[in-house]
Amino acid sequence: MFSIQNNQHDSSYLSLVSNVGPFNEFIDEYDPNEAFNTLSNARVLVIGAGGLGCEILKDLALTGFKKIDIIDADTIEVSNLNRQFLFRSGDVGRPKAEVAAEFVKRKSMGKNLSIVSHYCRIQDKPQSFYKQFDVVICGLDSVEARRWINATLVSLVDSNLNGLIPMIDGGTEGFRGQSRVILPTVTSCYECTLDMITPKTTYPVCTIANTPRLPEHCVEWASVLEWPRRFPGKKFDPDLSEHLDWMYETAHRRAIHFKIDGVTKELTLGVVKNIIPAIASTNAIIAASCCNEAFKYVTSSNPILNNYMMYSGDYSIFTYTYSHARKPNCPVCGNHPKTIKVPGSWDLRDFIEHIKEKHDISIGTPSLATATKQLYFRSPPSLEEFTRKNLGRKLSELLDDNEEVIVSDPKLPISLRLLVKLE
Amino acid sequence: MLKIRQLQKKKQDEDASLQSNAKDDKIAVSNNSTSAARVSAAQLRLQKDLTELDLPKSIKVNFTNPSNIFNFVLSIVPQEGFYKMGLFKFTVEINENFPIDPPKIRCMQKIYHPNIDLDGNICLNILREDWSPVLNLNSVIIGLNFLFLEPNPNDPLNKEAANVLAKNKNVFASNVKVAMRGGSVDGERYDRVI
Ligand SMILES: [Zn+2]
Repeated sequence: MFSIQNNQHDSSYLSLVSNVGPFNEFIDEYDPNEAFNTLSNARVLVIGAGGLGCEILKDLALTGFKKIDIIDADTIEVSNLNRQFLFRSGDVGRPKAEVAAEFVKRKSMGKNLSIVSHYCRIQDKPQSFYKQFDVVICGLDSVEARRWINATLVSLVDSNLNGLIPMIDGGTEGFRGQSRVILPTVTSCYECTLDMITPKTTYPVCTIANTPRLPEHCVEWASVLEWPRRFPGKKFDPDLSEHLDWMYETAHRRAIHFKIDGVTKELTLGVVKNIIPAIASTNAIIAASCCNEAFKYVTSSNPILNNYMMYSGDYSIFTYTYSHARKPNCPVCGNHPKTIKVPGSWDLRDFIEHIKEKHDISIGTPSLATATKQLYFRSPPSLEEFTRKNLGRKLSELLDDNEEVIVSDPKLPISLRLLVKLE
Repeated sequence: MLKIRQLQKKKQDEDASLQSNAKDDKIAVSNNSTSAARVSAAQLRLQKDLTELDLPKSIKVNFTNPSNIFNFVLSIVPQEGFYKMGLFKFTVEINENFPIDPPKIRCMQKIYHPNIDLDGNICLNILREDWSPVLNLNSVIIGLNFLFLEPNPNDPLNKEAANVLAKNKNVFASNVKVAMRGGSVDGERYDRVI
């Protein structure tokens, strides 16, 4: 019997966990009380407090999640106010994560809701930070950040699938979007599907140099060709207004010269920052889908998305769900690090022989490196020469205990990853 | 979160059935690492690309700081064509978003070439609009080498050079010779590369 006394706030979704529905996958083990407790105690990390992140945070709070963390390194800008509805003009300049957390908490009084905000880059947090969560939901607009969190979550899983934290990833572009559930090392990961990413729109250098026709060509001319010519070695920062002003004025002059209309400050910013058009309604659809997946996963009330849903609303409406296959040679999830125990007194050459024997790398010598050091590179010749001296050095001099070593060889479809324990 | 338990159980059963025919294996599968630095996806891919480089002797890759494989200098000595025996150097910069972002390549010298401007910008489709993660470092370097074997007057970055190439190959060839020795062409002085 489902016996929890609930307040009004929770009533809307309770029947979803209190009854065992026809699609429940775990009829024998499912316990409504446990499902409710898990929902109240599950720790969810929301990455990104932008358009999608604000929606996700609101949806989570309204569907019974009580322990939420949100992380974002951005501060609020005036241009965010139109669709990032948790922010008001008085918040401009403050950290997005902090303001979003305060707003949702204030709106949901009496619900024992804890929202902890983190105003930093995701890369600034250690692995131990990510280990605390039961599920991670991403509302990011950056490929780089997604790749990073994906690789981090993959690295937390061991061979018995302990440490597995699902990554629910949402993304939108205009009227289109997608949501997906990644079970690291079990389903396809973000890196497995890298080839599907639409690359940033770029134009041939010769076109922007000689025959500009579009306002974008003028902005690219200013940023790709003129900026390095005028300020060699200086990095362009689109968040600095004097940099952006220079870019806009330079692009604008170019546009006048070639009689091209449409170079505005907004367009300039859009091109240099590669801003993808976003609308609140698509964000709402995708955020809702992500949060429903989190709810179903945490409560075990219904099967979760397997594993990719695309939504297309630009021409009629079309959604399509399919199971994206894992890429066997995915550099991130295709080769999970293996622990190898070897004597620290071995030199690198002994170690290489040992690996070659173990992994049938019969011809030549593979390349080996750690995150910070090239141990041995078989090619190009200049690196081979530089790293050759390491072949005779002891492992204990070259490696820290438990350091990850990457082994690459043309014979191997993917690089091997070894965690080397020194004895 | 019963899903995880279900997956773990399934994994155990699979492992158990594998166990019977597994040979003795010193390589145990890991618990997660505690080591601080983790190898990034970009580094994994770059290491693979470098290991698989298959270049003729006339193309060399040199590292100013060999402990940083993300930045290096490429030198090309064309074996035939207008630029035969010149020594052309390029900086190659790879960022943490590789292979989503292409390698950034610039010519270090001021050279007379229809597809390379006086600042070292290069017009090569696979370095920009036609780049794809499916391409690798080798294909980019071979593509760059090809620009010296077959300069293309249709994608000009140095318009004067492109016009001369389109109109009169003999004049173009002699202009290239002058420029490669460090001389001036149309009032512009070029770097000596020979
Ligand atoms: Zn993968």
